[in-house]
Formats: sequence, C-alpha cells, structure tokens
Amino acid sequence: MVEAHAIVKRYGPRTVLNQVSVTVEPGQLTSFIGPNGAGKSTLLSIMTRLVPADAGEVRLDGRPLARYDSRELARRISVLRQFNHVPLRLTVRELVSFGRFPYSHGRLTKADEEAVDRALAAMELGDIQHKLLDQLSGGQRQRAFIAMVVAQETDYVFLDEPLNNVDMKHAVQVMKLLRRLVEEEGRSVVVVMHDVNLAAYYSDRVVALKEGCVAFDGPAQDMMEPAILKNVFGIDVAVGEIHSCRVCVYFAEAEQLAANGHVAQGAIAPRLK
Amino acid sequence: MGWAWLLAAAVILAVASLFSGVTPLTPTDVLEGLSDVQVRVLVLSRIPRLLSILLAGMSMSVCGLIMQRLAQNRFVSPTTAGTLDATRLGILVSMLFFGAAPPLVRMLVALAFAWAGTWAFMRMLERIKLRDPVFIPLAGMMYGGIIGSAATYVAVQYDLVQNVSSWLLGDFSLMMRGRYELLYAVVPALVLAYLYANQFTIAGMGEDVATNLGLSYRAVVNLGLGIVASTTAVVVVTVGTLPFLGLIVPNLVSILWGDNLRRHLPVTVLLGAVVTLACDLLGRWLIFPYEIPINVTLGVLGSVMFLFLIVRRTAHAG
Repeated sequence: MVEAHAIVKRYGPRTVLNQVSVTVEPGQLTSFIGPNGAGKSTLLSIMTRLVPADAGEVRLDGRPLARYDSRELARRISVLRQFNHVPLRLTVRELVSFGRFPYSHGRLTKADEEAVDRALAAMELGDIQHKLLDQLSGGQRQRAFIAMVVAQETDYVFLDEPLNNVDMKHAVQVMKLLRRLVEEEGRSVVVVMHDVNLAAYYSDRVVALKEGCVAFDGPAQDMMEPAILKNVFGIDVAVGEIHSCRVCVYFAEAEQLAANGHVAQGAIAPRLK
Repeated sequence: MGWAWLLAAAVILAVASLFSGVTPLTPTDVLEGLSDVQVRVLVLSRIPRLLSILLAGMSMSVCGLIMQRLAQNRFVSPTTAGTLDATRLGILVSMLFFGAAPPLVRMLVALAFAWAGTWAFMRMLERIKLRDPVFIPLAGMMYGGIIGSAATYVAVQYDLVQNVSSWLLGDFSLMMRGRYELLYAVVPALVLAYLYANQFTIAGMGEDVATNLGLSYRAVVNLGLGIVASTTAVVVVTVGTLPFLGLIVPNLVSILWGDNLRRHLPVTVLLGAVVTLACDLLGRWLIFPYEIPINVTLGVLGSVMFLFLIVRRTAHAG
C-alpha cells in the first residue's frame, strides 16, 4: 500500500497540492484524473520520490519513502514520466534491459533476461525488440518505455500520461496491457490520464483532483455522474450507457443534451454509434 | 559494419605511424637488424609518439561520449563546453602562481579549472533549457571564448601569450620518452568510464529515469564530469588540445552503431585511435619532411564534420 498523507506542494506563490491524502491499494488499477494544473502529475512525482513534498509524507507499507534505500525502493516502486523525448539510439531490448538495473547493475543474469522477455511479451514488443527506438512509431515507443518499468518487476507501477500522443487504437491497447498487468501479475498500476471514459472503464479506482485537492476518490464507475464530473472539470457532462458501460459526452453537444434533459441512461447511445 | 575492420585500420595506421619520419626506418630494417640510431629513434620518439596518440585519441573520444550522454545533447564536447578553455586558464594560473612546481601540480590545477568550467556550463544548461539543441554548442563556444579571452588578457599582462598558445596547440611531434608518461593517467579514467557506462546511459535518459532505477543522478553526473575534466587536463597539459575529436567520434559511432554506451565503448575507443592516427599521419606526410600539427588537421576535419552533423540533424528534423 502506498499512502500519501497530507501532502503540500508549492511552486512559488502557487499551492499545487493542498493537504492531499491518497491511498493506492495493492492489486488495483488506479487513475488520477482532473483538469490541467490540478496537481495530478505533481502528486504522482511526490508519491514516487521524484519530487520532494513541502509538507506531508509518503509511506510504502507503513514506512516513509525517505527511510528506504534508493535501490531497494527501485525494486518496489517504478515510475515513468516522460515517454518520447529521449533521443537515444538504443534497441527496444536494450532499453527494456535497463529496467533490470536495480537488480543486476547492468550485468544481466539469466533471470534478468527472462524478466526482460516477460516485459517485452507483456507489452507485445517481441517482434520489434531489436529495432532502434528512433525507428518506432509513437505508440510502439510508448510501449517500449512502459516495458522498461514493467521489467523492473515492482509491486507498484506509476505512469504519467502514458496515453499522451497515442491514437485511440493504441490507447486502448495500452490500457488493456496495463489491465492485464493488474489481473495476471497482481501488480498495482497508477496512471495519470485525461480520458474520463477510458479511466472509468479500465480502472478499479479513480482519484479526481481539482485545484490541488481531492474532489473524488472511489470506485471508477461511481465517478460517472454528471454532478461529480461537472464538479471536477467545471463543464456540463452527459452520462449514458452503451453495452452496460458508462460513457460520458463532455464536448459541445453535452450542454445541449443536458439542457434538453437527455441525461437519462441510454439516451445518448444512438448519437455515439 | 563490424569493428574488426576498425581494428585492422588501427593496426595498419599504427604500423604506418611507427615507420613514418625523417630518419629512414622500414619494417624490413626491423627484420634485418636495426642500427643504433634506428633503435634510439624507435624507443625515444616513434613508440612514445604512437602511444601518446593512442591514449589521447581514445580518451578524448570517450570524454566526448560521456559529455554528450550527460548533457543529453549530441553537440557537447570538451571543445564546445568550455572545458578546453578552462583548462588553458588553469594552466596559465598554475604557471603564474606555481611556476616552479612539478608537472603534476600544474596538472592538478588545470584539472580543477577544467572541472569547474565544465561543471558551471552543465549547470547553466540545466537552467537555460534551450529549445534547439544546436544552440547549446554555440552557447558553449561563446562561454569558452569568454574564458579564453580572460586567459589571453592575463597572459598579455604577464607576457605569457606564447606559452599559453603553445599549450593550446595539439601536437604530437614533441612526444618523446620522458614527456608523454603523464598520459598513462588517462587509463584509470577509461576503466572507470567502462565500469560506469550503464550508469551514464541511464543518466542520459534524464534525472527521473535515473532516480526510478535507484541511481543517484547527481553522483553519476559528478563522476562523469570528473572523468572528463581529469582526462582533458592530462591531455592538454601533455599534448595540447585536440579540437572536435570528442565531438566527431561519438557522433559517428552513434550513427553507425547506436547509443548503448557499454556496448559501443570499445568501438568508440578504436575509432578515436583511428581518427587521431590518421590526422597525425596526414600532418606528417603533407609537407614532409616538415609537419602540420594535429591541431590543424583535426580542426579542419572536425569543423567540416561538425557542420555536416548540424545539417544532417536539421534534415532529419528530430
């Protein structure tokens, strides 16, 4: 269990996180959502010791992160913030192998190689493992970087906007792969994302941040209420159901739909098909 | 391209280097027995020269590689980050204040300056966050120019201009027994670079990735800068500056093989040796029996390569 307790973070005069407390349960996929500047990425960075908090504490299994040895911590929590701007000419496999660094310090053992194979398989990169990163498409590169932290075999995997610059097809692919990590390997995955519909469908739990405070924290499907979404994002949102999956419409027509009272479940289904 | 070719080229050039010079000396002479003069030339001049070319060429290439990785910029090298100019200033200061001191003390002072100058530039890079990577070497050259002009000003005041410029001019023709041995100090730096190659590659992916993998980013950067500064100081004090070497060799390696530092360090070392040997030989052959210092041949070749790399980068627009 990773607990952030009463985290405060200020950048100059601006308070980015104000007394935020969040608990990440093991074996779940948790999404952090919220408008730009709500503090999602900052919270993720603080929970993974990339950025120090001004006040408050992050604990892993009850012990503060600061009291862990950095190498030990690298075997428990992994985090990926940037995805695309590493200009290195490495092969996919070389990149993923660096995920084994906390274990082997670069001299890969047989067990390390197997972990790399598993991570490549989990991210469906087996056939392109010997390609150079700069030969890949955006979606493939994204998965290659995720595979690096997957190979780290940590209990907790934190990803900051893994769906950034990825098209619909590949976004769904990434979410499915993350879901599989949770279900088949029992890992806990925490994702910062913007797409509310994907978050609701693929997450177990959603934490919504707004102006540095937690605005919602609960089961993913419970978030899909117009009132909650309006509170978080500040726009009118219509929620409906397609194939027993709750989806919301948040773009221009949503205001129209809400005004016309078309928020009943199923009412927007024909429009989306 | 396999690196067996590179090894073959290095061996051929090394042999050519041994048997080039004013005193006639050919491989057949070696087989048929050498005269006293020939033995002396070989032992006092030719072999020391070859060794110093190899050590200096290899280590400056590796320095460039480490710097480029840590700065996350392909155009950073001792030439384009103020390292060479800071070293020159250090040598000047050591001549002024520790004039009678042995070469080792002078080298340590130069080392301190090289380290401080490079460190300051790297910190500056972190703060400026220049959008276009091409500006970074340009900023570095300006920065080096400022340090260099400070050095020149001081040198003028103390009438040391000639001494300072002689330090700056890379030249292997004076490498003889008794003058090149300091270069062996780069060997431990090369070994360290190899041992920590993976750490440098990881640090090159950014502070976040390094922290995530349990590495102390600061410690790795400081180690890298330490290796670069000490190697540069040793090479400048003994040989002089080898401009652009640390820029062109790592870039060629990256284009031809890739960026895995551990895996490609041997290739970088070999290519560094080949380029340095070739430039030195060129300088020795062009106006035989006179010599063009390697500073000039490398400078011409290096600046052309530098322009090519910038144009190539712009064409690839990545």
